[in-house]
Amino acid sequence: MERDKNFILGVYDDEDVLLHAVSEVRTSGVKIHEVYTPYPVHGLEDVLGYKRSRLPIAAFLFGLLGTTLALTMQLYMMRFDWPMIIGGKDFAAIPDFIPVTFELTVLLAAFGMVGVFMISSDLKPWAQPRIFDLRSTDDKHIMAIDIANNTSMEVAKIQEILKSSGATEVNNKSFE
Amino acid sequence: MQVTSSVREPLVTGGKTYHDVTHDVSRQVEGKPTLLWFLAFLTAAGTLAIGLIAVTATVWEGIGMWGLNKTIGWAWDITNFVWWVGIGHAGTLISAVLLLFRQKWRTSINRAAEAMTIFAVICAAMFPVLHMGRPWLGAYWALPLPNTFGSLWVNFNSPLLWDVFAISTYFSVSLVFWYIGLIPDFATIRDRATGLRKVIYGGLSFGWDGAAKTWMRYESVSLILAGLATPLVLSVHTIVSFDFATSVIPGWHTTIFPPYFVAGAIFSGFAMVLTLMIITRKVFKLEDYITMTHIELMNIVIIITGSIVGIAYITEFFIAWYSGVEAEQYAFINRATGPYWWAYWSMMTCNVISPQLFWFKKIRTSIIATFALSIVVNIGMWFERFVIIVTSLHRDYLPSSWAMFYPSITDIGVYLFTFGLFFTLFFLFAKFFPVINMAEVKSVLKSTSEKVRK
Repeated sequence: MERDKNFILGVYDDEDVLLHAVSEVRTSGVKIHEVYTPYPVHGLEDVLGYKRSRLPIAAFLFGLLGTTLALTMQLYMMRFDWPMIIGGKDFAAIPDFIPVTFELTVLLAAFGMVGVFMISSDLKPWAQPRIFDLRSTDDKHIMAIDIANNTSMEVAKIQEILKSSGATEVNNKSFE
Repeated sequence: MQVTSSVREPLVTGGKTYHDVTHDVSRQVEGKPTLLWFLAFLTAAGTLAIGLIAVTATVWEGIGMWGLNKTIGWAWDITNFVWWVGIGHAGTLISAVLLLFRQKWRTSINRAAEAMTIFAVICAAMFPVLHMGRPWLGAYWALPLPNTFGSLWVNFNSPLLWDVFAISTYFSVSLVFWYIGLIPDFATIRDRATGLRKVIYGGLSFGWDGAAKTWMRYESVSLILAGLATPLVLSVHTIVSFDFATSVIPGWHTTIFPPYFVAGAIFSGFAMVLTLMIITRKVFKLEDYITMTHIELMNIVIIITGSIVGIAYITEFFIAWYSGVEAEQYAFINRATGPYWWAYWSMMTCNVISPQLFWFKKIRTSIIATFALSIVVNIGMWFERFVIIVTSLHRDYLPSSWAMFYPSITDIGVYLFTFGLFFTLFFLFAKFFPVINMAEVKSVLKSTSEKVRK
């Protein structure tokens, strides 16, 4: 059976039922493809066993780049390329460079992190997302299970596990 | 499961379900524009068109079209600039600072407040650009671009240049923060739509599918952006105040300016949010989402920041006397009793006295009183900037060059232009974008709704 084509969907109404259901389904040995929710459900990433996002590290590194670029640019322009006496200050008037350095740090950290987020989550205007259930952006939590990934278990058994974990509906969905 | 104290008022009233949230907010986007919307939009666009004449005159003829003279070189332009930037502080404060403080009530007002921030900053940016006189050369004066003078670089010791970096960073980071929040809501509208609307909102939603992994990253991005935006929002008005505080003009040369300007900015920003939200909730029937609790909490922020501003005014006066510097003392006596006494006392009445009325619960929970006072506060904050800028300049060190400022018709027209621009953008936003952050409201719905309490 081909992977990533045929799915069983568990539909949940309530975020707390969903959280318990994810744990139950995972302990019974079923591999979950992904859960789609209309809003961020806190703790869902933990029960799904996702590793913490490394985006904060990306933000920090981009921020560091911003600080470095800003200080280098200002020192090069004001101290080396065209030194001028302004208000009797040092050519390298570091305290005066703090505001621009701060702003560029924030700018690069924010844009760098958001850029990494867009790329890692494949968010782009021309993206054609695969929607398992249109209600997943409205009021339902959708748990998608790839049948090809769970060949050791019968489909009926998986459906039974979903039902007993509190799913209000259990559907099938196939993609071309 | 999240637990909220039962003494707290529910954030969303009317026993709304998740689907009700989607429906109530998306309805505005999906329906045909009402006659009221068309009238409001046309009024705003008309004001924009009339104001454009004044903007064209300024660019064509130069800033001699304004009422400036050799004593008063900054007047309405910088007054309006600081006023609009100040208004633009509430949005990011609500979405970033209140996020870090875990104030859940921000969820139903942050979207519109951030939109207001972005539009107010666009209006603010009009003034520094126009007051350059030859804005088409502005990029060389404001940005470190290589040029044929050497390169002679921009002056990184100047607060005016810091302002360029502060305002543009603030604008772009706020825009990104706002748009990241909009993506899941655009996806909601996309999944309800058919035809052309599905294509347009599909593009705007960037292919959002609501996967748990994407939400995890989204939450991480929101938190870090809030952490970055919090010092950013405080830095912007601090740097705007440096434009004045680092000069040697009596009345400007004050170390109290940064905190005083930031408090004033939050004060006027919240007032503008209230003005807009009171109308929006009424017209779009969103009273269950933007409740009296929200209005009351915002009014409390107004009392606090208004009182900080009041203390700052008194401190300035005291320090002017205590410093023993005659020029400084005269600048302040002149403010209160000189030819601009009416501007000073308008400022004092609107900013210091009127917000104190919010100590009365009856007044801060009255829609009409809140609406009226929110406008009074913004009139007061405009006068504050006018008082600081014009009264400090009009009587300088040389009495023979003392002068008064009279705005020209072009001054008024350029100000009108920014009003037209602001409201045109806001009405377009209100019609085509979800005015309430649906995903965030849904995320607090269960832990704070009336139903769960029972």
